[in-house]
Amino acid sequence: MEYTILILLLPLLSFILTGLLGTRLKPVAAGTFGTVVTGIVAALSYWTAFSYFSAGRNAEGVFPTIIPWNTEWLPFNSNLQIDLGILLDPISVMMLVVISTVSFMVHIYSFGYMKGETGFQRYYSFLSLFTMSMLGLVVATNIFQMYIFWELVGVSSYLLIGFYYTKKEAIAASKKAFIVTRFADLGFLIGILIYGFYTGSFSFTPDSAVIGSAKVFLPIALGLMFVGGAGKSAMFPLHIWLPDAMEGPTPVSALIHAATMVVAGVYLVARMFPLFIGYAPEVLHVTAYVGAFTALYAAIVACVQSDIKRVLAFSTISQIGFMIVALGVCTSSDPHEGGLGYMASMFHLFTHAMFKALLFLGAGCIIHAVHSNEMSAMGGLRKYMPVTHVTFLIACLAIAGIWPLSGFFSKDEILAACFGFSPVMGWVMTFIAGLTAFYMFRLYYGIFWGKENKELHAEHTPHEAPLTMTIPLMFLAAVTLAAGWIPFGEFVSSNGQAYHIHIDIKVAAVSLCVAAAGIAIATWMYMREDRKVADGLATRFSGLHKAAYHRFYIDEIYQFITHRIIFACISTPIAWFDRHVVDGFMNMLAWISNRISWAIKGMQSGYVQRYGIWFLGGALGIAIVLLLI
Amino acid sequence: MDYSAIFSYMYTEIALVGVTAVALIYDLIAGKCGRRAFHGVICALLLLFIAGTVWPYHGETARIFGGMYIYSPSYVIIKSILAIGTLLVFLQADSWLRKEDTEFKRGEFYVLTLSTLLGMDFMISAGHFMMFFIGLELASVPMACLVAFDKYKHNSAEAGAKYILSALFASGLMLYGISFFYGTTGTLYFDDMTSGINGSALQILAMVFFFTGLGFKISLVPFHLWTADTYEGAPTAVTSYLSVVSKAAAAFALMVVLIKVFAPMTEYWQMLLYIVTVLSITVANLFAIRQKNLKRFLAFSSISQAGYIMLAVISGTPYGMTSLIYYVLVYMVANMAAFGVISVIEQNSGGKVGMDDYNGLYRTNPKLAIVMMLAVFSLAGIPPFAGFFSKFFIFAAAFEQGFHVLVFIALINTIISLYYYMLVVKAMFINPNDSPIASFRSDNSTRLSLLLCLAGILVLGIASSVFDGINLYSFGL
Repeated sequence: MEYTILILLLPLLSFILTGLLGTRLKPVAAGTFGTVVTGIVAALSYWTAFSYFSAGRNAEGVFPTIIPWNTEWLPFNSNLQIDLGILLDPISVMMLVVISTVSFMVHIYSFGYMKGETGFQRYYSFLSLFTMSMLGLVVATNIFQMYIFWELVGVSSYLLIGFYYTKKEAIAASKKAFIVTRFADLGFLIGILIYGFYTGSFSFTPDSAVIGSAKVFLPIALGLMFVGGAGKSAMFPLHIWLPDAMEGPTPVSALIHAATMVVAGVYLVARMFPLFIGYAPEVLHVTAYVGAFTALYAAIVACVQSDIKRVLAFSTISQIGFMIVALGVCTSSDPHEGGLGYMASMFHLFTHAMFKALLFLGAGCIIHAVHSNEMSAMGGLRKYMPVTHVTFLIACLAIAGIWPLSGFFSKDEILAACFGFSPVMGWVMTFIAGLTAFYMFRLYYGIFWGKENKELHAEHTPHEAPLTMTIPLMFLAAVTLAAGWIPFGEFVSSNGQAYHIHIDIKVAAVSLCVAAAGIAIATWMYMREDRKVADGLATRFSGLHKAAYHRFYIDEIYQFITHRIIFACISTPIAWFDRHVVDGFMNMLAWISNRISWAIKGMQSGYVQRYGIWFLGGALGIAIVLLLI
Repeated sequence: MDYSAIFSYMYTEIALVGVTAVALIYDLIAGKCGRRAFHGVICALLLLFIAGTVWPYHGETARIFGGMYIYSPSYVIIKSILAIGTLLVFLQADSWLRKEDTEFKRGEFYVLTLSTLLGMDFMISAGHFMMFFIGLELASVPMACLVAFDKYKHNSAEAGAKYILSALFASGLMLYGISFFYGTTGTLYFDDMTSGINGSALQILAMVFFFTGLGFKISLVPFHLWTADTYEGAPTAVTSYLSVVSKAAAAFALMVVLIKVFAPMTEYWQMLLYIVTVLSITVANLFAIRQKNLKRFLAFSSISQAGYIMLAVISGTPYGMTSLIYYVLVYMVANMAAFGVISVIEQNSGGKVGMDDYNGLYRTNPKLAIVMMLAVFSLAGIPPFAGFFSKFFIFAAAFEQGFHVLVFIALINTIISLYYYMLVVKAMFINPNDSPIASFRSDNSTRLSLLLCLAGILVLGIASSVFDGINLYSFGL
């Protein structure tokens, strides 16, 4: 399967070509080139997945880990080296399919969405860079290669968030995203270094003999790696960059900040899962608590946001929380070595990527139609945009967890895994699932039902998006409808053996009831035009409403810490020291140099006979010094 | 004696004599058309020569002529570097040599330069002080002719006179020192002399006298006073040759003799080098700060660079030798790039070499400005350019041997040097100028040499295999 290297090389080629040619290329040409390349990559990924899974299990009944391509890149010593290569196993193959599908859809969609924008070529070039990096991340053969692509993903995310680089908010958001994730990546890097130092390898599966001596440090290393994952996956309290990242073009939000990059942290934990569960189960459970808190926090905040992309952003954070929780609640006493949660997490990653991309692309169509992100500019759009309306509804039902859409199946498995861990965790997550249903339908009703903004629509009647934008919607909606019926456990499980999914009737019934309740409340509050109940609640609990609207002031706390504490108490004294002591020393050096330089200029007189005197005098002087010592 | 050994071990010098002879005869018999192709022919010959002699054919040290001539793999490496430097000089000299007043004597330029190169090769491989001295003189006398090549120009003639007078003085003193050694030990062979060296007062004086001869060539303070005047007056191609090739050969030969012959006096010559290094780096920096003429400026810069090279010599270890060769290589590409830019601008702007003339160069000749910038970055030792790594290795070599204070002084001086190197960059990129040097297209030969230098500046530091490759041959000295 050597051809898999093309999956990385083709987008790289596309990035270099469209990047170098830049505006010399016609926008249509650049777009077509990028899209065709991504299409080929998607086809290759499907073919890889097909041939990998159809090759079947090996004698031990598990899917083998294949490394079809590998090169030794940086040897440090005889056993520690960094390789670059491609690793195929069930989760990396699954991720290949997810990433290339969403990326392909976004490429097509962007044709319509970005039409006429300046920098169209740059946009496609960056998209290719991102696709390459993300694919490289998932097929990495070792933790260091993963880290390299991890950073590349961060860079392309930075470039794309700041795509509208003349817009102040976009610049601030891109910087914020980069700094926050980079800060978290520092933890990741330290974790990698500790890991490499004590186990003597960067491999995902080091020899158990080697680990024996490194047992004490493994939890620390894995914990630090999770910090990096938490940064990319926007876990509380490192989530602050993701809502702001919505300043980027909407298709980018769909690709990077909903479906692929933000789940990198989940993927990282899944990748290191055997180590987590074998050597650091406590750390794994900590991730579960972090995930659960994040999911709850984000869901509450999502209930009161008015910017539709922000609602979706918080919903993303919340859903990633679900995935992390599912991984975190695994214990080694479970069958399949913690199989249910792992499988559920990956399953949810897959389904979520599809329906969240669908939601974002739908939001893109809506924004395209009304030229605003604010819900107040929308309302009653179902008449104008039937395709968007139906596909958006499908996605909302999926994320709310309604049978028989894909979200139901994956969420149900997660809840079952949580109940298996502890009833409290189960009920908390069920409650969050209900909240999810509520805020998604609040969003849905706010956009498509409710009061029409007549003034706005008078000057500019909303209209359905062009075909390039609606085709991806329909495709993703079809996937969302069908994906739940994939026997996911047959392909992906923690130990590679088949995991037969069976729906836990009790859990399914509870989650369905809660979801239905959430939808019902949302319908009651938001479907009608006047919304007395909602407004009444908002005024009665105005304190809570305001706090939630301001995301519980987490950003302000960050501002306080960075400006009042770090800048004022640490940076300012250092700056003073630098300006006065360090620079002062340099200035003194300069002053002394200049003075001496003037003093000795007579030496260079231009008379060769005086040079002779210096020459001989110097030689004799040195000789005397040597003799005296 | 088996004569095949001569060809087997002395191949570099024999081939070089061949190249020189071909150049001499070609100069005599070539017609009009042949003369026009002279540049191409000589560069091709030299390239062939380099290709044939660049790597050592034998892995071990050998002595021929009863120990007069010594072959060692590391000698071959440094000789190849010198030859490459010569090729770069030839490439850069072409546009100058094509001028009317030098066109008819371009053959002389090639023959004289190749003769000095031959002298340096003999000096490096010498195993006997007479051989050493002849090599040194063979490298010095034609050099004076080269410096005075534009003999009808006042500056060039003056520079030549100053060079030859200083050289004579240095040679005399050196010979005086060697005679003391002959008197006290009764031999001039390197191998035999070591046993007779005991560090007596006379021998210390002799060593200092011997040192001045090479100190003159390397232009170390206080034997450097000729440098600025000569560099300024000599044709730029010759200056660039003087500042790199001549200097590198002498520094290498110095290290070999000090380690090999004067081993019993190690503490004395380390002290000597200590003083000279501190003086060279510091005094040269102090003078460089105030220079307004770029050639003079680079003269002082090259004196301080020579001081840094002495850090490698003072370590006296194989690692030091490796870092010396590496430093020389890196210094060569950077300095050649700087002189190449100066030369081509001098040719195309009617002789402008002042720092102020370079104001606003970036706007009219951006490529040259960038090459110059990278060259001074490398000279100043700014990462990730090659100069950073070469300085790092040199400092590490001296630090390893316990010269902590010396390394610290050198570090302080790199800060000072940063200031004056940046002055050039500031002039080219920031300073405004109403009438900057007009934009022009440089000739292909110069372009090629600058491109090679640029590749060296960018690649040599990152390609770790270069240092390892040199290190492979730096044993046994």
